[in-house]
Amino acid sequence: MSLDIVVMQAFNGVSLFTVLALMALGLAIVFGLMGVINMAHGELMAMGAYTTYLTSVIFERLAPGWLGIYLPAAVVLAFGVTYAFGFALERSFIRFLYKRPLDTMLATWGLSLVLQQAFRSLFGPREVGVPSPAWLAGAWQPTQGISIPLSRLFIIGLTVVVGCALYQLLLRTRWGLRIRAVMQNRDMSGAVGVNTARVDAVTFALGSGLAGIAGSAFTMLASTGPVTGQQYIVDTFIVVVFGGVESLLGTFSSAFMIGQMQSWLEFALTGSMAKASILLCVIIALYFRPAGLFALKVRR
Amino acid sequence: MKLSRRQFLKGSAAVASVATGPFVWPRGASAQGTVKVGILHSLTGTIAIAEASVVDAEKLAIEEINASGGVMGRKIETIVEDGASDWPTFAEKARKLLDRDKVAAIMGCYTSASRKATLPVVERSKGLLYYPTYYEGLEMSPNIMYTAQEATQSVIAAVNWLAQNKGKSFYLIGSDYIWPRTTNKIAKPTVEKAGGKVLGEDYIPLGNVEFASVINKIKAQKPEVILSTVVGGSNVAFYKQLQAAGLNGKNQALLALAVSEEEASGIGVENLEGFLSCMGYFQSLKGAANDKFVKAFKAKYGANRVVGDTLECGYISVYLWKMAAEKAKSFELPAVVAASAELEIDAPEGKVKFHKANHHLWKHARIGAFKKDGQIEMVYESPLIEPNPFPKI
Repeated sequence: MSLDIVVMQAFNGVSLFTVLALMALGLAIVFGLMGVINMAHGELMAMGAYTTYLTSVIFERLAPGWLGIYLPAAVVLAFGVTYAFGFALERSFIRFLYKRPLDTMLATWGLSLVLQQAFRSLFGPREVGVPSPAWLAGAWQPTQGISIPLSRLFIIGLTVVVGCALYQLLLRTRWGLRIRAVMQNRDMSGAVGVNTARVDAVTFALGSGLAGIAGSAFTMLASTGPVTGQQYIVDTFIVVVFGGVESLLGTFSSAFMIGQMQSWLEFALTGSMAKASILLCVIIALYFRPAGLFALKVRR
Repeated sequence: MKLSRRQFLKGSAAVASVATGPFVWPRGASAQGTVKVGILHSLTGTIAIAEASVVDAEKLAIEEINASGGVMGRKIETIVEDGASDWPTFAEKARKLLDRDKVAAIMGCYTSASRKATLPVVERSKGLLYYPTYYEGLEMSPNIMYTAQEATQSVIAAVNWLAQNKGKSFYLIGSDYIWPRTTNKIAKPTVEKAGGKVLGEDYIPLGNVEFASVINKIKAQKPEVILSTVVGGSNVAFYKQLQAAGLNGKNQALLALAVSEEEASGIGVENLEGFLSCMGYFQSLKGAANDKFVKAFKAKYGANRVVGDTLECGYISVYLWKMAAEKAKSFELPAVVAASAELEIDAPEGKVKFHKANHHLWKHARIGAFKKDGQIEMVYESPLIEPNPFPKI
């Protein structure tokens, strides 16, 4: 194995880490902080992907000269659309199920099927083609043997931006304070005057919006179709559960570990065996630490 | 034994249906002047991506047949059922089509899993199923007619052509299920027989969208030829990430056994251009029968629609059934199957005919390269290849 391959493998590990982290952030908030098992999370990502597709179509029709910058616009739009959808969903549907986690799981699973069929009816059963902007096509080649795909660099950058923004939001703003307060002690937050229902809606919408961003970015790597969400949902849950459901730091570190493991195992074994080995590791880890890597020590 | 009410109801319903079953219409001869044909594909669920359009092609064939007077003077009455990408549902709907609707034939199934689930039902109810998808072989039911390629009909020709024209070192990559694994089992000795070498073999889980490490492995091995049996949405990720890693149709030979014109727009033609595909049929084939088929399909479903191998196989399935029934002058199963032996059809893919015994078609293997517009330009056409669903490896 040459040095070039080692460098590219290392980069793959980092890239996979950011892909997994971006996937899991939204779910970490919805599942981790709110305790809502949202099986439709993948479909929210697909919604982000379809928003990106629609944005590219609109740019192609109305402003073909600006097609180069459609992607950043699409990411923002995808966040907006899924945020709004998440907000409406929480108000009309999820909030009635907070006390019934198992029912939530079934209900959101049903919702995911409905959304899939809706995508199929609206956009057709085949994948749609989302074009890569010219500046993201191809690879950066620092030396002859090394090529770093630009689309992956873009996703790394995006994850850093989203991660920092989320950190600022949760730890540096009033809204973040309210969210954390409600998650730690709902009754007490209500008693001191926090509008907990509103905080719930905003938190859920935020998680949905993050799913939209992830879905939008992944159009550069993978397919955009009615079942796109299903390609991500399992990995997303594994990352969140493995990291410990109540900790964003846990989500990041579990994404990092799984990303590195997957990248190197895939190189050493076949893709299927790599996946099986990772699942085995996760099962063993959860056996010894049932609450995940970073469990919050709180009194229940 | 204590019976719950539900079990009792189920039991009595089963008894009732068995009791009344034989006294209803004999199969096929339903209401006066029509004959029933079932279409059984997934219109919903994950596999709808590939199957929904096959229904369109089959409906088109039925419409054409009805417009030209039907089968032996009877109009075809179509009953469409949704298999919903769920294998037990396929079996249940097949039972409904055969036992309740008494269809003369079913056009249906896409995945091998759905066919395997439907097979016992069709055999028990003495039904007839036309299966329009290329698959791994290793099956020959007396009640199923296989109208697409089995594995040896594409992979052997493809490997031999690649070894002669593109290079002798191969890398095999596929999705992890029965079709790619069987195909590669046939591919490996074929590569060696052609004087080539298999540098690596890799399987990724179905639906996987991460190919970076696999692509690195390929880059480390530097194979002259990649033989891909990746299926479904994974292909979009595979080609996009190949392109991003600097491998494209100009500097790397890659032949896919499961990528047709229909997948092109989802993958993005800029990612596909120059890569190879091996199928039994391409939309761009020359010939009057194909011109007529493509024109009729576009007229009915829209000018931007694309046809591919499975659609064409679904389309000719209906015609093959019609021709066999007319040759046999009967809709009964043994007669139709017997009449199918060596039955020849002037199909959009050219003249093809059923094998005298094994229910599969003699077919051409065709290799083509993707062009800028997402169509495939044929570069090689094999002579008709004898179907051999149980190859000795």
